[in-house]
Amino acid sequence: MRSCGLSVCLFHRGDGCNGLCKSKEAEIKRINKELANIRSKFKGDKALDGYSKKKYVCKLLFIFLLGHDIDFGHMEAVNLLSSNRYTEKQIGYLFISVLVNSNSELIRLINNAIKNDLASRNPTFMGLALHCIASVGSREMAEAFAGEIPKVLVAGDTMDSVKQSAALCLLRLYRTSPDLVPMGDWTSRVVHLLNDQHLGVVTAATSLITTLAQKNPEEFKTSVSLAVSRLSRIVTSASTDLQDYTYYFVPAPWLSVKLLRLLQCYPPPEDPAVRGRLTECLETILNKAQEPPKSKKVQHSNAKNAVLFEAISLIIHHDSEPNLLVRACNQLGQFLQHRETNLRYLALESMCTLASSEFSHEAVKTHIETVINALKTERDVSVRQRAVDLLYAMCDRSNAPQIVAEMLSYLETADYSIREEIVLKVAILAEKYAVDYTWYVDTILNLIRIAGDYVSEEVWYRVIQIVINRDDVQGYAAKTVFEALQAPACHENLVKVGGYILGEFGNLIAGDPRSSPLIQFNLLHSKFHLCSVPTRALLLSTYIKFVNLFPEVKPTIQDVLRSDSQLRNADVELQQRAVEYLRLSTVASTDILATVLEEMPPFPERESSILAKLKKKKGPSTVTDLEDTKRERSVDVNGGPEPAPASTSAMSTPSPSADLLGLGAAPPAPAGPPPSSGGGGLLVDVFSDSASVVAPLAPGSEDNFARFVCKNNGVLFENQLLQIGLKSEFRQNLGRMFIFYGNKTSTQFLNFTPTLICSDDLQPNILGFITKPVDPTVEGGAQVQQVVNIECVSDFTEAPVLNIQFRYGGTFQNVSVQLPITLNKFFQPTEMASQDFFQRWKQLSNPQQEVQNIFKAKHPMDTEVTKAKIIGFGSALLEEVDPNPANFVGAGIIHTKTTQIGCLLRLEPNLQAQMYRLTLRTSKEAVSQRLCELLSAQF
Amino acid sequence: MRLKRLGELCKRREGLEIRFILIQNRAGKTRLAKWYMQFDDDEKQKLIEEVHAVVTVRDAKHTNFVEFRNFKIIYRRYAGLYFCICVDVNDNNLAYLEAIHNFVEVLNEYFHNVCELDLVFNFYKVYTVVDEMFLAGEIRETSQTKVLKQLLMLQSLE
Repeated sequence: MRSCGLSVCLFHRGDGCNGLCKSKEAEIKRINKELANIRSKFKGDKALDGYSKKKYVCKLLFIFLLGHDIDFGHMEAVNLLSSNRYTEKQIGYLFISVLVNSNSELIRLINNAIKNDLASRNPTFMGLALHCIASVGSREMAEAFAGEIPKVLVAGDTMDSVKQSAALCLLRLYRTSPDLVPMGDWTSRVVHLLNDQHLGVVTAATSLITTLAQKNPEEFKTSVSLAVSRLSRIVTSASTDLQDYTYYFVPAPWLSVKLLRLLQCYPPPEDPAVRGRLTECLETILNKAQEPPKSKKVQHSNAKNAVLFEAISLIIHHDSEPNLLVRACNQLGQFLQHRETNLRYLALESMCTLASSEFSHEAVKTHIETVINALKTERDVSVRQRAVDLLYAMCDRSNAPQIVAEMLSYLETADYSIREEIVLKVAILAEKYAVDYTWYVDTILNLIRIAGDYVSEEVWYRVIQIVINRDDVQGYAAKTVFEALQAPACHENLVKVGGYILGEFGNLIAGDPRSSPLIQFNLLHSKFHLCSVPTRALLLSTYIKFVNLFPEVKPTIQDVLRSDSQLRNADVELQQRAVEYLRLSTVASTDILATVLEEMPPFPERESSILAKLKKKKGPSTVTDLEDTKRERSVDVNGGPEPAPASTSAMSTPSPSADLLGLGAAPPAPAGPPPSSGGGGLLVDVFSDSASVVAPLAPGSEDNFARFVCKNNGVLFENQLLQIGLKSEFRQNLGRMFIFYGNKTSTQFLNFTPTLICSDDLQPNILGFITKPVDPTVEGGAQVQQVVNIECVSDFTEAPVLNIQFRYGGTFQNVSVQLPITLNKFFQPTEMASQDFFQRWKQLSNPQQEVQNIFKAKHPMDTEVTKAKIIGFGSALLEEVDPNPANFVGAGIIHTKTTQIGCLLRLEPNLQAQMYRLTLRTSKEAVSQRLCELLSAQF
Repeated sequence: MRLKRLGELCKRREGLEIRFILIQNRAGKTRLAKWYMQFDDDEKQKLIEEVHAVVTVRDAKHTNFVEFRNFKIIYRRYAGLYFCICVDVNDNNLAYLEAIHNFVEVLNEYFHNVCELDLVFNFYKVYTVVDEMFLAGEIRETSQTKVLKQLLMLQSLE
């Protein structure tokens, strides 16, 4: 037994499990001594005999497995492979399997030894060699043996145990290097291993066939009927028939499971005879579940149920036999109340998939009370989690109120780890199955009350979108948030939702003296000081909206805006809003205020960001049953009777839009190329319209273009007829541009059609989408607005061109301007210390990464202006980084959809010569080049 | 980074496949580790520690299954030893749970009332048992009679 002598000579057995020596130090000391000893033996003059070599290699292995590093002995292990003694060979192979690294010289030697053993016709040695390949499975081994092993597998004289190993060895190589495993005549012979006498061979072969069939279903199609007949023979056998392969009175449970898995690679068999036989098998398995157990041991029921659950998986996979589906569901229903936690868990899990089949959905629903009970009583959180999943899956219009209510009440005590997911699920269900939107609003407000910290932006954005898009719920929403805000401590998310909704619809409840404008304002303002900056910014927007809605509170609000804590707030965003809103409220006439602060137009429907988030959390497979959600939703929300057109006369509403349109929350542009047809066409398809000819770029537009490199707002184009103004915002790789077309004349523009022309590449790097067409008639003196969503896919130089065609008087007008979308718009500033900056600077020292430009100053060399330009350019301006204080350095990250590119820049002015030297370093040459061009033109 | 790759691998391959088998004692000492996927040593150590952390906190009323990264662990406790098998989330839980028991029964028979120290000092034999019953991440042989016969034959060669 102890031929390695380890326990005798190296360690004492007495001190048990907690370590082999008394202390860590003692163990290390002991091991170092032993390692030194082994090293000297290996280096010694005397050649070691096989036995000693094996002994020491085995000791090294033991030391390695105790957790110590081993850096020698590989050669001795390889030597052992060519021994003729089993024990020596085995230790050699074990060492290689456990400690192999891709040492190329050794791999050659190892492969040589394996080759010899494979050819040895000694089944023990062949087995060792195959197990070694199966354990290591490297590409080198695949190259050497992928052609050889199929031959071993199908050769008539190969021993059964070697066949088993060869099948799985081949499977391993196919997984690591499918390209190296040649398909050939052997494949049909492998399929026939399903008929083999030896069930061990069938067990191994079934795994191989399943994997091959997944990739090459056509080639392995014949395996279906063979698998069915094999399965049939197993399930109908008496419990003693299969002798060795009967496990606690269950015939060949693992093989049955594997065969049922193999059948899940295919649709239901077409041949009626095979299909009938399979149905019979599945029925037999379901029947057996109802029989009294042949043993009280848990092993018996586990083995039996392993087969049962796999059979149910197959039934669900086929999803074609209503009878079987309902029987499966009833069986799982019994398990829901089983005393074994494992079975309850698995039944919940399996029922989740049954719920999505139209045949069994109703049957699953009958178990709702049991599942709700599980949510309340199960001790294992993972079981409760499955119960939540199942409730979600079985939810439909009929039971949504009950399920949502139960989930909400569970949320109060739910484990922190699953709260966010439950919040998302409740939010989705409440929206999907809302018949009465007051219920939806109540549900989401409850969510915020119970688990405010877990309510992500997506969820509260969504409730606002829905309230804005549905005028039947607006008054109720205003009343409800008003009441909810009365609570002495309410979650900040509630303040956000409340602030937004009252700002839009507070007027709907202002008639009630209990919620008069002043009371509304005081209520909101009482929360103001406890909130974070973004919430306060949102509240300031609410206040200015109040100024418009309720002229009577204007003085109160102006007082608030005028206070030092607003006007001189340290936060620039708050300060700017206070200043602008105060000014706006003072100078603007009522009409202008009403226009500027008009109620938000309905939101364009887009992919639900909540669903997207849940998918991200759970991976695609678990949410497939929700594919229909999207379709249903678009009917629910936007297909209503009031798809009001976006108001075209409004100036850009100030900031609430920026808070809510959530550039960062969900990309407005779809990933693939958007459809070009349809009335509200996203990407205007200019190329298919041969009649329209695009005008060359308007003169002077290039200068204008350059002016926008460091700023986002201003007038882009102006002639005697038309003025085009811009206001844009960028975040990460996305942007949104508000374009304002002003008719400077007193005559109508007719057929006014702006179109956006992106690069004509098939995969443009910069994408722009017009969200809504404008009204083709622009009245004299009017201004219309259009929104363009922008997505930066990859770095680019050519910006999209805006072409505008219209009729003025009797003449056709055609104007083209380049939209000032430049790569630097997708900058995100990065602050870093001097040391970091120069370290990164050095890392980017490759000549392709640096681009430098020396140029004459075109504008006066003013330090403050230069700083402002660098900040406007989008990078961070790093102070006290450059040793020369006259120089400017900046850093930032360009965000594109495909990648993020770190950028460093350095600008060195030379006042005497009136010159600049600008150096850009980024990881991508094209980016350095483009940024350098853009920025050089600014000074 | 590595986690992501694990996830991708997991999606690409479907089928019964074991990612690793671990035997640990309650103190977290590894008594056997058999890996069926490429991990580097640091990653292995991390996995070992994580498995220990998730498994040892569970009691007898809990299931024998734990979600683990993108996979799940099927485990069973025998005296002070945890036998853990890591598989894909859609694999058959009970089949692996009984595969563990089948393996333990073989060890018990082979070592005549196996104890933790048998696994420590006869590690090279334990590897042989594992390879007879599981290979390339698949169940290779389930018949205790056949496995024991083969093991005795190999032992006679020593």
